[in-house]
Amino acid sequence: MTVTQTVQRTPLYDTHVSMGGRMVDFAGWDLPICFTSINEEHAHTRTACSVFDVSHMGRLALTGKECQSFLDRLCTRNLSQAEPGRSYYSHICNEDGGILDDVIVSRFEKRWGIVCNASNREKITNWIVQQSKGLDVSLKDLTTTTAMLALQGPKTLELANEITGKDLSGLKRYRFIEYSYLIMKISVYRCGYTGEDGIEVVVPASAIKMMLPKLFGTKGNPNPLIKPAGLGARDTLRIEAAMPLYGHELSEDWDSLTAGQSWCVDLEKDFIGADAMRKLRDQGLPKQMVGLELDGKRIARQHYKVFAGGKEVGEVTSGTLSPTLGKSIAMAFVKTGEAEVGKTLEVEMGSKRTGATVVKLPFYKRPKGS
Amino acid sequence: MSIPTDRKYCETHEWFAGEDNTITMGISQFAADELTDITYVELPEIGKVVSVGDVVGEVESVKATSEIFSAVDGEIIEVNEALADHPELINDDAFDKGWIAKIKVSSTASLESLMDAEQYKTFMAGTH
Repeated sequence: MTVTQTVQRTPLYDTHVSMGGRMVDFAGWDLPICFTSINEEHAHTRTACSVFDVSHMGRLALTGKECQSFLDRLCTRNLSQAEPGRSYYSHICNEDGGILDDVIVSRFEKRWGIVCNASNREKITNWIVQQSKGLDVSLKDLTTTTAMLALQGPKTLELANEITGKDLSGLKRYRFIEYSYLIMKISVYRCGYTGEDGIEVVVPASAIKMMLPKLFGTKGNPNPLIKPAGLGARDTLRIEAAMPLYGHELSEDWDSLTAGQSWCVDLEKDFIGADAMRKLRDQGLPKQMVGLELDGKRIARQHYKVFAGGKEVGEVTSGTLSPTLGKSIAMAFVKTGEAEVGKTLEVEMGSKRTGATVVKLPFYKRPKGS
Repeated sequence: MSIPTDRKYCETHEWFAGEDNTITMGISQFAADELTDITYVELPEIGKVVSVGDVVGEVESVKATSEIFSAVDGEIIEVNEALADHPELINDDAFDKGWIAKIKVSSTASLESLMDAEQYKTFMAGTH
């Protein structure tokens, strides 16, 4: 048997190429890793506004009378009181507590939306179909019929007011609005994955290009505050903000508590994986997530081993040279008890070991009031 | 992208320049662009003796860590110290200011089998 894997393109593929985007295969999608340089795009996001094409992410719509109770059983987050117009970060786990994906669940008036990782879309779709058997829940995959942009950075909100013609300043974090523009429905969510303030916008795939002049200005008159950014900066930004990435900090091989995301888990309710996680909580977690600041400028990459007093105690999940701090930073799992802030550990890089200090997460917090 | 014609290229994207006993090496602009922002360069020690195929050092970027290989037998006689504080010189100017090491060789014969600029261009077109 031969499997031919075709790389998918978002509706903005041509735009990325024409803007100088360096295209790479990411989870089966042809996406820009950067347009100018990762560091420049990172800095621009921390000071102005960057536009990321996140159309590769899975967008699912659920309808039916039993959606709320079903989603409350599917998700680690308590959704029994979920209100229309609000979005909820949650994990979806298997019976063992293993993380199948991390998602944003949004409650609309007459439906529910789930945004999942591109790499997990098929798995999550199958899981939902399997788990909702016999229930009044139907699923529709909107990923290829819609497009999604993330606008991120301290200048985003004022710019978004101009672009959308809506006053979004009253929209709180993890809230969204849906409105009609001409004949299309646009939804705007106040959330993101960079540690900055910002919004995510979902529009019909056929209409996304109409938005581009509004975003970037016209050829002779570009808007210097808004620039495109790629996956490279998206990764360095989320690492500074200590946001987990599936396949790095999150995996089917461990649970949400171990991943340090207990804030999105309600162990008082029943959900798939709850029993396993309650058991783990009672027994105590064998490892935990820490932030590391490394000596020198070398980057600690995923799976690099972590040592304490010569003994192996864990493994790096993500690392980068923080563009904002100018320091080598990493997230890592270490044995519980090796994780106090200030403790000195070592990370093995090739044949050498480099000193690393446990620091508080996140590495970067946006200044208050911005 | 302009590829200097005064040097030879490897399939692993290193360049080697010089005709006499001193060969300067670095990585191509194509490789630098592929790696994206370079954050660290592990330079060889001066005096180190290298053979064809030996690892001379490492170039790290936000995206990946990549080893750099020698295509000559010789001794490292100079390294680009500026890269220690400014690894981004390779991104800015891989063919000139971003050179990595100078190697003293007794023969440049091993360079003859490498690609010239034209061949390297064709090679890159095939990898991209």
